[in-house]
Amino acid sequence: MTSFESAIAEGARIEPRDAMPEDYRATLIRQIAQHAHSEIIGMQPEGAWITRAPSLRRKAILLAKVQDEAGHGLYLYAAAETLGVARSELYDALLTGRQKYSSIFNYPTLTWADVGTIGWLVDGAAIVNQVPLCRCSYGPYARGMVRICKEESFHQRQGFESLLALSRGTPGQHAMAQDAVNRWWWPSLMMFGPPDADSPHSARSTAWGIKRFSNDTLRQRFVDMVVPQAEVLGLTLPDPDLRFDAERGSWDFGPVDFTELREVVAGNGPCNAERLAHRRAAEDDGAWVREAARVHAAKHAQRGAA
Amino acid sequence: MSSRFDARSRSVLGLADDALIASHRLSEWVARAPQLEEDIALANVALDLLGQARLLLAHAGQMQVPALNEDQLAYERPIEEFRNAVMLERPNGDFAATMARMLLFSAYQYQLYSALSGCADPELAAIAGKAVKEVEYHRDHAAGWVVRLGDGTEESHQRMQSGLDAEWPGFTRLFVDWIRDDVIAAGQAIFPPWLREPVVHWLEPVLERATLVRPEITQVREPGIREPGRNGAHTDDLIDILAQMREVRAAHPGASW
Repeated sequence: MTSFESAIAEGARIEPRDAMPEDYRATLIRQIAQHAHSEIIGMQPEGAWITRAPSLRRKAILLAKVQDEAGHGLYLYAAAETLGVARSELYDALLTGRQKYSSIFNYPTLTWADVGTIGWLVDGAAIVNQVPLCRCSYGPYARGMVRICKEESFHQRQGFESLLALSRGTPGQHAMAQDAVNRWWWPSLMMFGPPDADSPHSARSTAWGIKRFSNDTLRQRFVDMVVPQAEVLGLTLPDPDLRFDAERGSWDFGPVDFTELREVVAGNGPCNAERLAHRRAAEDDGAWVREAARVHAAKHAQRGAA
Repeated sequence: MSSRFDARSRSVLGLADDALIASHRLSEWVARAPQLEEDIALANVALDLLGQARLLLAHAGQMQVPALNEDQLAYERPIEEFRNAVMLERPNGDFAATMARMLLFSAYQYQLYSALSGCADPELAAIAGKAVKEVEYHRDHAAGWVVRLGDGTEESHQRMQSGLDAEWPGFTRLFVDWIRDDVIAAGQAIFPPWLREPVVHWLEPVLERATLVRPEITQVREPGIREPGRNGAHTDDLIDILAQMREVRAAHPGASW
């Protein structure tokens, strides 16, 4: 047994300088990068509403949330860098489509209610996905996730509260909230990935202590968490098959359209092109700034050495 | 121009609106910054300014009978009641122009809030005492970029100089004497022309390290009471900002959020 295998068997943490199989390293880089990309692409759909937030308090909450997402992106890129890959390489992989980000951010945010709904459902799904990662086998990732999950749960409560204000507001606000929930419900369920039978990397990730629960288990956990919350909100979920199964102690739900998920992941969602174009434009527009900072630092290093 | 707000309220609204509109423009940078660290920094500065605006609006609102809250003042006040400086409503321009504006505005705010932290209005003094620590960070952050860009590549130097030149005329208008004498005499506001010298004194070494040419300092001699922005006369840029800020609320009259 290698030191890596015995560490995994004992449930110990793998740290950056420890020996690890190349596939373990590659899997983690792919997963952490995808997660980091999701944070920074995820700034776009909500960021677009900062200037339009309907009260100064909501504006401050949203601005702080989007700032947190940038911060999460930063920790995650830093965690990926401990595996020997540079942030610039990961950006390049994102912009050229070699690495993905969460399919959920390829849907448009059409109204203010989408902001609260994203907080409630999308951050809610992210938490269910991410809490187990706080105990994953790779140390820097696990530690980053502890902090991220704390902030995400704050975001989820704020999203819920914002949506509650809409649901209990005027008929127009209530209708806007219901419409947003109708549009985001199924894409949120898709955030857990393909069904277990079609999830090719799951078994190995589980054996390596990266993944702790299957996609379908986490999806069910999310549904069970959110259905009672929808009742408190006074909003319905757009699934006629939702019913409580007393025997299982869980909610049954209708079939998720995984064809849509495959299409969105393949780049054919409503906003894939727009999200990447926005990211690429920000990179291109900022190139002269980063170059200036590099040149300035080099001049100073020289002057300092002289 | 006549106003339903008295002179003291107008002086506080000037501070509040400066912070609110500057915050709005900075928040337009979110998810567009040249690097991720800068997305965080710009959002952070925007959030500080928004926090200042909220406290100042609440303070101004408390002076009214009946009292007005921050949202009534931000979302329902007619544009001609806005008292922000015109430089803050202009579109951002490139990153260099944005940093030039942040440098000039935060250097001004730093001296202003420092002076106000000892003023005769205890509430305003407390707000200023908290805000001065925030704007000190904004000023340092902007100075770092102005130096890096000014003393960076040929392109960045040129952009930085253009940005400074573009923001400078508006900056000189920050020191116009627009607040009524009795408010200043009562120690409830600071006479703006007093701030010019310490602000420029602080800026000089920064611009020198950045290898930038400091534009001419023009003495403003017109009576400040007719100062655009401060007198409620604004450009179409503020019309656009307020239209966007108020879009959601306008679609749902009477709703709470």
